[in-house]
This record gives sequence, structure tokens and C-alpha cells, in this order.
Amino acid sequence: MKFLNAQPTWLMILVSFVGLLLGWHLLVVWGAYDRFILPGPVDVWRQLMIVAGDGRLLKHSLITLSEVLPGLAIGLLIAMPLGYLLAKSPLAERLLSPYLIASQAIPVIAIAPLLTIWVSSTYWARVLVATLVVFFPILINIIAGLRSAPAELYELMHSLQATRRQIFSKLELPAALPILLAGLKVGATLSVIGALVGEFVQPKSEGLGFLLVTARYQFKTDLVFVVLVTLGTIALSMYGLVSALEKHLLRWQVNK
Amino acid sequence: MDTFLTVERVDYTFEDGPLSVLADVSLSIPAGSFVVLVGPSGVGKSTLLRLLAGLLRPSSGRITLTQQSTGNAIGIVFQRDNLMPWRTVTENVRLPLELQGRNGLAASRSVQAMIDLVGLAGFEQSYPAQLSGGMAQRVALARALVHQPTLLLLDEPFGALDALTRERMGQELLRIWQAMPVTVFMVTHSISEAVFLADEVLVMGGDPGNGRPAAITHRLPIQLLRPRRFEVQGTAEFLEYAAAIRAAIQQ
Repeated sequence: MKFLNAQPTWLMILVSFVGLLLGWHLLVVWGAYDRFILPGPVDVWRQLMIVAGDGRLLKHSLITLSEVLPGLAIGLLIAMPLGYLLAKSPLAERLLSPYLIASQAIPVIAIAPLLTIWVSSTYWARVLVATLVVFFPILINIIAGLRSAPAELYELMHSLQATRRQIFSKLELPAALPILLAGLKVGATLSVIGALVGEFVQPKSEGLGFLLVTARYQFKTDLVFVVLVTLGTIALSMYGLVSALEKHLLRWQVNK
Repeated sequence: MDTFLTVERVDYTFEDGPLSVLADVSLSIPAGSFVVLVGPSGVGKSTLLRLLAGLLRPSSGRITLTQQSTGNAIGIVFQRDNLMPWRTVTENVRLPLELQGRNGLAASRSVQAMIDLVGLAGFEQSYPAQLSGGMAQRVALARALVHQPTLLLLDEPFGALDALTRERMGQELLRIWQAMPVTVFMVTHSISEAVFLADEVLVMGGDPGNGRPAAITHRLPIQLLRPRRFEVQGTAEFLEYAAAIRAAIQQ
């Protein structure tokens, strides 16, 4: 036990990952499952090599990413001013928050088909679904973040004759940043789900969602696994990017 | 000395309730003096301080600051240091200058001079999370003085510090006040701190929570010689002042 605790984290992750693959492999071998029911790691690897080699995986990944990133960006761009309005104006909050909360009670997957009717562009319909998914968690965090500045710092700013704009840029925004970034982390992973939902309901012969659906219809279960791993990798990378950004922007928290 | 600040018959009632906090408060503060306000908890001391800062408006009466050539900038220090945790010591001290649009070399020099004055040279790039309570409060003091305010308002500035640090900060504050042309208005719970620091101690009495709005009930000039050293606190004269203030509070 002591020996294990002394090992670096990356090594432990590697060990557990290899263990997981091994367990999966043995399960498939002993269970003698058909490949279209449960493919083994070797099958999935072979399939990965095929779709990576012929460029299909990259092509569909880039298409999904091209929906994920604008979806996240648009969600953020709408949530920021709206969050500011709701955080600052009790009237706006009372008028709008019932609808915002009610809109969350309806699953996005149920709204998505409507969007495909209303938005003629397949691409933008998908982006819009991603936007819908990330919008609310980011909005909630922006409101909470903007309200987190202590009252005495407001008094300090007022006593120094700070303008509205200065109070926002030098107090509210930096004070909101930790909570805002936490929301962005959640949003980053959710945006992948959103784009996928968009691809499910708005079929078009491209995107990882399309690849997944096609692979399932063709009982290429190993390809389904490849898509799942790719989606996970994309979501984790986005999470990692926001974490890196967070580490840089919140370096003042180091000793806490 | 010239009068720097006058408060004439000020009443204050909370806007969101009928609670009358201050009634008929009048006082005048000479330029360059050190005035300390004492009184029981919840009596309205901080309310008066916020009125002087212009953060609250009197319900009636008048507060006048004598116009001086440099304008009437205000510096405030609260009980909690209220530094911005995302800014370094230097960046925190520079805030008031930044808000005035002063970012040049002269501003940087003023910031460094202030950091040196409060004894924090060497900690310029530290973040507040890395500072002790006493050091953080020194940064808050430097921030309150860097834009050369004519009025320094201190709301129990050392209330969150341990007793030893608190005494040392009191001496530091006197040294800094003597180095700068600033009028000080301070709120404190500590009677000995009040006697040690003040030219004049104001005692506030009343019980706003029970329908008796507060007012200034006593004013006691403290005629201990300056510069005051720590040892003055053991003298009979000092103890007499302290006893007089305690009696005034308890009336």
C-alpha cells in the first residue's frame, strides 16, 4: 500500500487504464460475445485504425467540433449580458426567471425537433441545440458570480467615485471569474452533448452523431465504441482547456 | 485650527424601514486632527462613518467638507481588509489611482512610496492570500492613502487583528498620520486605542434598536503630548482619560 501511494499520479492512471482494458478483454474472451454485441478492445482498436486511417474520424470530429465551439461561444455571449441584467435588476429577474426556469423543465431533446422545423440551415439548427444546452448553467453561474462581490468593496469603489463601467471591469468581473469559469467547465462538456443531440434529430450525412447512428444501424458496434471514445476525448480536452485557462486566470488562488 | 468637516443636526432613518438610527448629530472636526468615535455595538457608529464618506445621505441636516485646493478625496479602511484577492499588493494599492485614470510613472512612484511607508517593501508581488492579517490591513491602509485623500475614515480597522498586532498597528498609524496632511475619523471599540490615538474622543449613545436614536453624548479632548509612545498607556493621566470615556459610554 505504501509502495502504491508513493507512485506518481500519471503512473497510477496508466495502471488502472491498462487494468480496465485487460478486464474488458477477458470479459469478451470468456463470455464469447458476438462482436456486434460487445466488441473487445482489440476490435475497437482495429476499427479506430481504419476510420482514423481513411480520414473519416477526423472529418466527422471536425464537423462536430464546428458545432460545439460556436454553440458554446454563442451560449456564453447571450448568457453574459442577460446574466448581468438579471443580477442587477430585480425587476428583470422577476419578469424573466419564471420562463427561464420553465424552459429548463422541458428537455432539450424535446425542443430540438422544433428547431429543425424553424431553422432551415441544418448546421445552425445543430449549433442552436448546443447553445440551448450550455446556456442555462452558464447563465446561473454568471448571476451567482456577479453577486459574489462583497458589499464593502462596492462601498470602497463608490467612495473612490468609480464609474459604473469601472465597477464592472475592476470589481464585478474579476470577482465573478471563479464561478463563471466553473460554469464554463460544465458548459464545455455539455456543449458536446448538445451538438450530438442536434446531430441525432437533424440527420445529415456528417458529424460524429451521424457516424454513431449509422454504425448502430449497421451493427458495427466497434465503430460505436470508437465514436464514444472520441466524444469523450473531445469533451475531456475542452474541460482541460478551460481548466488550464482557469489555472492561469485564477493564479492568485494558488495558496488557498 | 481651521474646521475641516462639520456635521449639522443630522438625522438618519433607514430607507427600507421606520428605524431611526441617528437623531440630531452635530460635530465639527478640525483640519489635520485625529478624531475617534466610541460607543456600544449597534449604536450607529458605522452609519455615521458612512454618512461622512457620502455612501449614505442624511435624512435631514447637513454635512459639509471644507473645500481644499486638492479636492476632497476620501480614503476608507474597513474592519476586514477587503483587498481584491485577484490583485497583488502593488495592484491593490494602485486601485484608487487607476480609477482616476492615473497609470503613469508618477502613479507607480506614489504606490511604491506608500508601500514603503506602511513597511511592506519586498511584498509588492504577493497576493492577499499570502499575507497575514496585519500585513493585509497595512495594504488596505496604503490603498486608502495613496491618492492623498484629505479625509481618512477608519471603521474598526484593527478589530480583526490579535492584541499584539493591534497595538503595533496603532503606533504605525500614528507615525503615518504624522507623515501626511490628512484628517482622520476612526470608529473603534477599544477605549485604550481611542485614548492613545485621538486628539478628541467622541462618545455616541442611544439604542436605535429600541426606539432611542443615537447622538453624540460626550466629547473629550485628549491632551497627551505627541509624539505618543507606547509607554504612555501606563501613566495615570492615560488611565484617567480611559476611565472618563468608560463612564461616558455607560451613562
